[in-house]
Amino acid sequence: MLFASCRTAEILMSEGISQSDQPVAREGLQGDLFSKFDPLIKQRTDLLSSGQEDPFSLVMEKVLSPTQAICNGRETILLGTYNYMGMTFDPDVIAAGKQALNDYGSGTTGSRVLNGTYQGHKQCEEALKDFYGMDHAMVFSTGYQANLGIISTIAGKGDYVVLDIDSHASIWDGCALGNAEIVPFKHNDIDAMEKRLRRIPEGAGKLVVLEGVYSMLGDIAPLKEMIAVAKKYGAMVLVDEAHSMGFIGENGRGVAEAQGVMDDVDFIIGTFSKSVGTVGGFCVSNHPKFEIMRLVCRPYVFTASLPPSVVATAATSIRKLMHNADKRAHLWENSQRLHKGLTDLGFKLGTDAPQSAIVAVLMPDLEKGAAMWEALLTEGLYVNLARPPATPANMTLLRCSLCAEHSEEQVGTILGMFERAGKAIGII
Amino acid sequence: MERAQVESRILSLIEPFNKKGIEISDETSFAGDLEFDSLTVMDFVAAIEDEFDIIISMNQQAEIEKFSQLVDAVCKLQNR
Repeated sequence: MLFASCRTAEILMSEGISQSDQPVAREGLQGDLFSKFDPLIKQRTDLLSSGQEDPFSLVMEKVLSPTQAICNGRETILLGTYNYMGMTFDPDVIAAGKQALNDYGSGTTGSRVLNGTYQGHKQCEEALKDFYGMDHAMVFSTGYQANLGIISTIAGKGDYVVLDIDSHASIWDGCALGNAEIVPFKHNDIDAMEKRLRRIPEGAGKLVVLEGVYSMLGDIAPLKEMIAVAKKYGAMVLVDEAHSMGFIGENGRGVAEAQGVMDDVDFIIGTFSKSVGTVGGFCVSNHPKFEIMRLVCRPYVFTASLPPSVVATAATSIRKLMHNADKRAHLWENSQRLHKGLTDLGFKLGTDAPQSAIVAVLMPDLEKGAAMWEALLTEGLYVNLARPPATPANMTLLRCSLCAEHSEEQVGTILGMFERAGKAIGII
Repeated sequence: MERAQVESRILSLIEPFNKKGIEISDETSFAGDLEFDSLTVMDFVAAIEDEFDIIISMNQQAEIEKFSQLVDAVCKLQNR
């Protein structure tokens, strides 16, 4: 029941997954495995038949900078890319990538545990160890695979994974891939988490999975309190810091650092596809036996490693992110400016105060949200449309993620675009 | 706790989630008849867990479709 059916829909409809298939009529076909997608196909057809541009099939025709691209032939400000630190066009990062492409070729054609570990992969892991001040670092081909691999491998049969209900799809999929008992609790609810930990049978292994920043609303977790509770019950703690790396905490290590509890986190999961500005994922840890993961973690073993140019850009970017106090400060200013501006315009936001570089604008429903998304795109602004059931409490959101490279002037322009679009659609 | 007692407690816990006032029988399904979505499921499961001081993991929830199966599961979990 209770969950199985719902989760399937959730995975299918989670953010960013494009369902570009047209509803081809195959009436009367017995045993069509695609008939389970009919409700989703109908919802999409209904939305698009109203003339609405498809929010999940946008093509970036040209990318001009971390904050600007050409979409539909129009110059567009990017406000939904998670490119928090604007590293994608950093000259040092690009030079490192070009050099590695020349020196090592276009790809490794192999697993990390066979022929797919180059010098660059090790240098990337060294950069991560230095960045986080931790003993071990393991680079995966994506952030998704890092969560998938670590969670499914360390929590085995008879163990319990206790996780926030608003966890990212990669965390849920890590749970689904493994054999542990899965116990979710209400978002950021310390008491609900404690009750579940207390009821776990004595002697069972426990893994608590939390995120520093939750990407839908841009809110942060009370990690200090939650980790203290987890430790009281003898649980290991994994924190996904995908949306905090590079700008939250004194050294940009994330929310756990900002709240002074880095030493109590057993595993930090992160990604290269946000602040680092390329693609890849990782886990860092001080666990003395951590290196064995390289042999037992299937999403690490049974896939090809990242191309040499990608790990070279990642390593260069990570090292540069260690010394970026000015950019960090500017990113926070941008976040505060946008949050205040949108609040003053009368928009309803996901958080009362800016807690991260994500500002989520609440929409009354999917139709209005999609219309607003298109109106903003016509104005020359790209944001993410996030819709139920990927969103908490069935909300439709326009998610804005700021970049340290957004100028003060651009944020002003963005607010003007929101004002015009919001009035045209009738939201403000 | 006797099965009948478990059943009546669960019935009263379902009430606030039973928006359409569907009559509950052993065969009533949560997803189909009561139209529980994943958010409702979370709150409902939490209410049951708190009432009986048990954990119903998602793995166990996957096996529960109907009212009678939930009563069975709660009886079993309680006696552990």
